[in-house]
Parts: sequence; structure tokens; C-alpha cells
Amino acid sequence: MTSTMTKPKIAFYWCASCGGCEEAVVDLGEDLLAVVELVEVAFWPVALDFKREDVEALEDGELAAAFINGAVRTSEQEEMARLLRRKSAAVIAFGSCAMFGGIPGLANLYESRDILDAVYREAPSVQNGDGTLPAEQSRVPEGELTLPAFSASVRTLDQVIDVDYYLPGCPPPVGLIKSAVTALLEGKLPDRGAVLAPDVALCSECPRAATKPDKLLVRAFWRPHQGLIDPELCLLAQGLVCLGPATRAGCAAACPGGNMPCTGCMGPTSNVVDYGAKALSAVASILDADGEEEIAARVAEIADPVGTFYRYSLPASLLHGRVRPPAGKEKKEEAAP
Amino acid sequence: MSREIVIDPMTRLEGHGRIHIFLNADGGVDRAYLQIPELRGFEKFVQGRRAEDMPQITSRICGVCPMAHHMAATKALDDLYQVDPPPAGRKIRELLYNAFMVEDHALHFFFLGGPDFIVGPDAPRQKRNILGVVDAVGLEIGKEVIGVRKQLRDLVAAVAGKAIHPVFGLPGGVSRSLSGELQQQAAAAAARAIEFSQFALGAFRKTVLGNPGYVEFITSEAYTHRTYYMGLVDDANKVTFYDGTLRVVGPDGKELLRFAGRDYLDHVAEHVEPWTYMKFCFLKDIGWTGFADGAASGVYSVAPLARLNVADGMATPRAQEAYEEFVTTLGPKPVHHTLASHWARIIELVYAAERMAELAADPQITDPQVRTLPAAVPREGIGVVEAPRGTLFHHYRTDERGLVTAANLVVATQNNAARIALSVDKAARALIRNGQVDEGLLNRVEMSFRAYDPCFGCSTHSLPGHMALIVEVRDADGSLVQELRRD
Repeated sequence: MTSTMTKPKIAFYWCASCGGCEEAVVDLGEDLLAVVELVEVAFWPVALDFKREDVEALEDGELAAAFINGAVRTSEQEEMARLLRRKSAAVIAFGSCAMFGGIPGLANLYESRDILDAVYREAPSVQNGDGTLPAEQSRVPEGELTLPAFSASVRTLDQVIDVDYYLPGCPPPVGLIKSAVTALLEGKLPDRGAVLAPDVALCSECPRAATKPDKLLVRAFWRPHQGLIDPELCLLAQGLVCLGPATRAGCAAACPGGNMPCTGCMGPTSNVVDYGAKALSAVASILDADGEEEIAARVAEIADPVGTFYRYSLPASLLHGRVRPPAGKEKKEEAAP
Repeated sequence: MSREIVIDPMTRLEGHGRIHIFLNADGGVDRAYLQIPELRGFEKFVQGRRAEDMPQITSRICGVCPMAHHMAATKALDDLYQVDPPPAGRKIRELLYNAFMVEDHALHFFFLGGPDFIVGPDAPRQKRNILGVVDAVGLEIGKEVIGVRKQLRDLVAAVAGKAIHPVFGLPGGVSRSLSGELQQQAAAAAARAIEFSQFALGAFRKTVLGNPGYVEFITSEAYTHRTYYMGLVDDANKVTFYDGTLRVVGPDGKELLRFAGRDYLDHVAEHVEPWTYMKFCFLKDIGWTGFADGAASGVYSVAPLARLNVADGMATPRAQEAYEEFVTTLGPKPVHHTLASHWARIIELVYAAERMAELAADPQITDPQVRTLPAAVPREGIGVVEAPRGTLFHHYRTDERGLVTAANLVVATQNNAARIALSVDKAARALIRNGQVDEGLLNRVEMSFRAYDPCFGCSTHSLPGHMALIVEVRDADGSLVQELRRD
């Protein structure tokens, strides 16, 4: 990892995530080796030996870009996000958790106390007669031990800091990562605020697109385990809830390629405020039903609408799952010049 | 007079391991605690979700081993709907599962645990990583590691939709059949994986077994625990990953239990401590007697070393040969040396590659019949697999619509949690004298748990992370005497 004055510096960081975004970067394979030749990786905790102090020592705005994945859950993650914001010319929200909250964002449906009870008291394998729960402070024979408080509140990255670019997907497709890095290196990034993926619906790149009827009409939806899925035909036309029409392209329709419906991890195209509402209305609009009442009844038949339409985006949604902007939101760090 | 030492990953990463060491008046270790400070709560927020979405939702517990969660969940759905996949459906699952095992074990050996041996435990920190490994073994081999990984992951993506967070698992089978073209792709990937596994084994022989110092280190008492072991075996008591019977052997190597995964609640229980978010598994048949090893304690261990300890051998020829060398060198079984896990992992890598080749060559695997449609009313389902890091249980209850009402996830590293806690305590006691803590000590303590390839992300369904360490030495008043960090 040789460094020269001319190489742009970049950073990778993870907040609350599963590690899949890091694996996606490793999946660049030999291209990763090529990228490493062209940039100086100034910070990447999972792979390289740099410290927070090294980041603190940088000039404000000295990093060309920081790629931050994962949702924000802890004060430490928030601090780190703010620090990287200050040091970076561009911050890229990397992956669906950073962009929308992701699957861990479903925790916003429940209170922390319910989660603790489920894990430590109600789980059938637990032997916990006195109902012990992990505690912020506990006495052991040798002294006292502390734990951070457990928080169920999950926030998107741009609910905490200003974000310049977004790279969606769970995880982001390797091709999009490569294009984003190339655009960065060539100074060809689009206007701030852009999502670095095609701004069209997933159906446009779906190998089944040709079999999608001009006017889709579905009598009733069925679930993937209930029938055999035709590997060639449009999944919506078969009666499966496929979120392709409401979802952004860029993954080459990987899940329909695996003969399963799109679940919306790429999020919406740019003209949509609330992904789940858009997905729900896209699905409702193709129901072959008469009148609003029947449509409402059919929609009500869809099992688990929250988990189906807001699977990756509850913290970003306008629904009750939205986390109130924290007090710190008003003090958002200014983007470095 | 007493002092405390906290070994904490960077404070900015709350979701990682933390070691808290209490010193006694003589500067020796009173007790070292391993704390896991974060939890995500999948068990709760999957309530209300559709059962058939569980393979895709629970894979997000871990992006490093998504296939393990995907498969445990898929098998739980088989049980939930009382359906068995047709032969081709089952074989496609096992093929991809073994492809994943090769790739994950290789990742650990070359990127995570291996650098300690290939580059050396006392090499500078900056060298003890994949780049140091590439320096030590050559760029060509580094490229081969990357190339094999890519070929395996491309295969998984082609069949399962995506390598990170696959989508192909359904109750009673898989979402699509395997074309002749994909079968050839699988056969080619398997052939390369076998070759690669032989290289990895050779590299281990040369760098570790060829160095008497390492062998002595591996077998030293500081890294040894006599506990029970658990793992899946086939009908001939050979190691298996995708499916089998759970077998438990005691510290003396004798079989204590054989049971089906769906009876796990009769034998596996979890203990809760207030000072960590990690739950500690133990054998119900023996009971929880605290953090202790030996036959009277229900503490047990899973993952590669445990699997080799519970099995009578490996089901494929090259892996069996490697297994015999392992037993001859470190036996008699059970092998209680934690650091021998690294060797066991490579033997498993050989098996996974050979098993892949067997499945890819099976003409039945391209049969178009890959699903059995469910007819039963769903109620309860339990699935078990051997994840790279050990036995993994998924257990769901649902309503009659197949919406999850309760979920229990007993994850690989959790099965190992008590023994990992013991290992850290024992290593700290053996290595810290007169309150003296130095840089070298940190890696030695770290090695005591890195051997398990622990995934604390998985085990508390919380954040994964690298094992950066901060040691703070504080006096009885809490003021800082010494700080060491390596993050």
C-alpha cells in the first residue's frame, strides 16, 4: 500500500451492518488490487491497521471519499460518522442499511425491553429462573462490569450526517461499486445527492421483461412456497408479489434471476419519497378488482405488509417506524468544502 | 491494591468483544471476563414476518456466512411444512453449501487466522494480514486465493441468485433446477477447489508442522481445554455439514449423546449472565456448573475441532488421509488443543471440496424436479446445519397462515461461548505475571479466541467486527496507569 502525494485518499467504515457490504468490496477481487494501486486507503478497520487517531489527524476534507455502510445505532457510530463527514469531500452511503435502515431497521417495530425479554426470558432454550437480563452495571465477585445500554432505535446515515452520494443494494452489486469508484477516480461523479445506480425500474433489466404484459392484471396473489415458479415468465404476471416495478435497477435483477421475486433492496427510483407506499400502490394497481373496497380487501389478504413492502426501509419511511430526528440532527456537520 | 485491565476493541465499535481482567494483589489474574456489548434482536423483529421469508431475512444476521443462516432457515421450513425435497433439490442445496464451506474456510485460513502462523505470531501487526500472507507465499498464490474464491462465489450467485444473501431456499426444495451448463461450471469449480485445498494443506504442513516451535505452542496447556464436543455426523459417523445426526462426545472421547436436530431442546440449554449480551450454551444432560471444563461441567464446544472430535473420520479419501495424519500427530482423540482448530479447518476444506466434486458429478443433480410443494398446516419447524463456525439451530413457531409468532436462534459461536470465555481466562492467567502487560501478550490472548473463528456478529446477532484491542490498566481508584492499543 504505497502512498504518494497525488493519490486520492479514501476510507471505508462500517456502522451497524452484517459484514455483507465488506464482503462485496472484497468481491471486487483482482479489481480491488487495481483500485488499491490508484488510491491510498487511509482507513478500513476490517482489513487494515489504521486508527481513529489517524483519521482525526487528517485535514478537514482531506479524504476524497468515505464509503460508510450500515445503519446508525450507537453513539460511537454516530461520532465516527460525524468525524468522517468532517474529513471527507464526499460521503457515500454504501448499501441499503446506510441508505434506508435495512433489515435491522425492522427492530424499530419493537421496544428494546420486548427484544430483551424475547431473547433472554422467552426463548425456549433459555434456563433463566430468576429472569436475569444483561445490565448496564453488574457486580461480579472480583468487581464491577459495565455494558452499553441496548438501543432498538435504528437510523439511516443521512438522518445523522449530510450524505453526498448513495449506493443502494443489500449488498451493492459489484458492478455498481466498480463504476462508483471509477467515477470518483476520474472526477466524473454526478451532482451531489445522486444515487449511483440507474434511475429506472428493475423491470427494465429483468430477463423476464419481454413476458411482462402491457396491462398487468392479477386476480389474487400467492406466496413463493405455495406453488411452482415458472423460471421464464414475469413473476407479477404469475401472481407473485414482485417489487420490480417499484424498485431501482442496477442488480441485473439478481433475485428474479434466481427464480424468486424482487424484495426491493435497491430501494426506489429518485422521484419516490416513501418506498413502501410506492411498492404497495404498484402492487395494488394491478389487482383485478372492482372498486376501492374490493381492492382494499385484496390488499389486506397480503400477509405481513410491513415486512413485505418496508423490509429494507422502515427507518427511512414516513410510517411510525420512522425514528425521530435526534437532537443532534440540527447540528449536522457541514459538508467539507 | 487490586487492579483492573480492560481489553476493549476501539470504543467507536461498540459491537465487538471486550476483555475485562481483574488483577489480584500480587499482579496475577483473578479472573478475565469476555464481554459482548451489543445485540440486534432478530428473534423479536422476525415475529410477524412470513415464514418463507426467513431464509432471506435471517441471512442478514451475517454477511460473512449468509449461506449458513439461509440453509438452517430453509431446513426449518422443510420441518415447518413437513416436506422433504426431491433428491435433486437436496443435492443442489448440499452442493452450494459445500462450495460456501470451501470459500469461508479459505477466507479464515488466508485472511484471518492463518496470518498468525504463515507470517508468524510475533510478526509486526502491519504484516499479520492478507497482504503479509501474499508477501510470504507470493503474489501468484495470492491471486489464486482470490481467483478460487471468485469462481466459487460466481457459482453460488448463478444458482442461488446472489452469493451474499442467497434467495434459492424454499420449503421442500430450491427455487430452480440446475442446468447442464451450471453442472459443468460446478464440476470445474470443484476441481479447482480440490487442487487449492491440497495447496492449503501443503502450506499448513510446511509453515506450521515444519516448525517444532509452533507444534509445541499448539499443544501447550495455556490453549487446552477438556470439554464435551458436539457436531453433525452421517450414518457412518463421518463429518457432514448439510445434514445428519448430532453426536456429543465427552472429554474422554466416549459418545454421550446422539440426537436429531429437532430434539435440540432436550439437550441444549442457554445460560444468561448480566455482564454480557452473549448467552452461554451448555448440555442440559450435564447441567450448568459455571465456567469450568471437565466431565462434570455441561460446557461444550463446536466447529472444526469439535466436528473432528465427534466423528470417526472423513467421508472422502483425501480428507480422510489428512484426518489420519492429524490424529497420528495430535491424538489420541479427542484433541483438546484449541489452536489445532486451524488444522481441522483445512481438513474440512479438503472434505468440502471433494464433496462438491461428488455432487457435481452426480447425474441426478440436473433432474428438473427440485421442489415438493407443502400441504401441511404450518405450526413449528426446526432446522440444523453445521455452519463454518459450528452447529446452528433455527427454530420457528407460526400461526396457521405461516406468519412467525416466535423464533429461537442458537448460533454457532454461542455454542462455543463458554469455552471461548474459558480460553480467554486461561490464556490471561497463564500469560500475565506481576501485572505486566505488553504488546506481544495481546496477540497471544487474541489467538486464544481467534482459533475459534468466532463470529460475535452472528452469536449475538449483533455487529461483526475485527478483534481490535485496547488494554487499559487501571489502579483500584480507576485512574489510568498504562494503556496499550492495537486497533
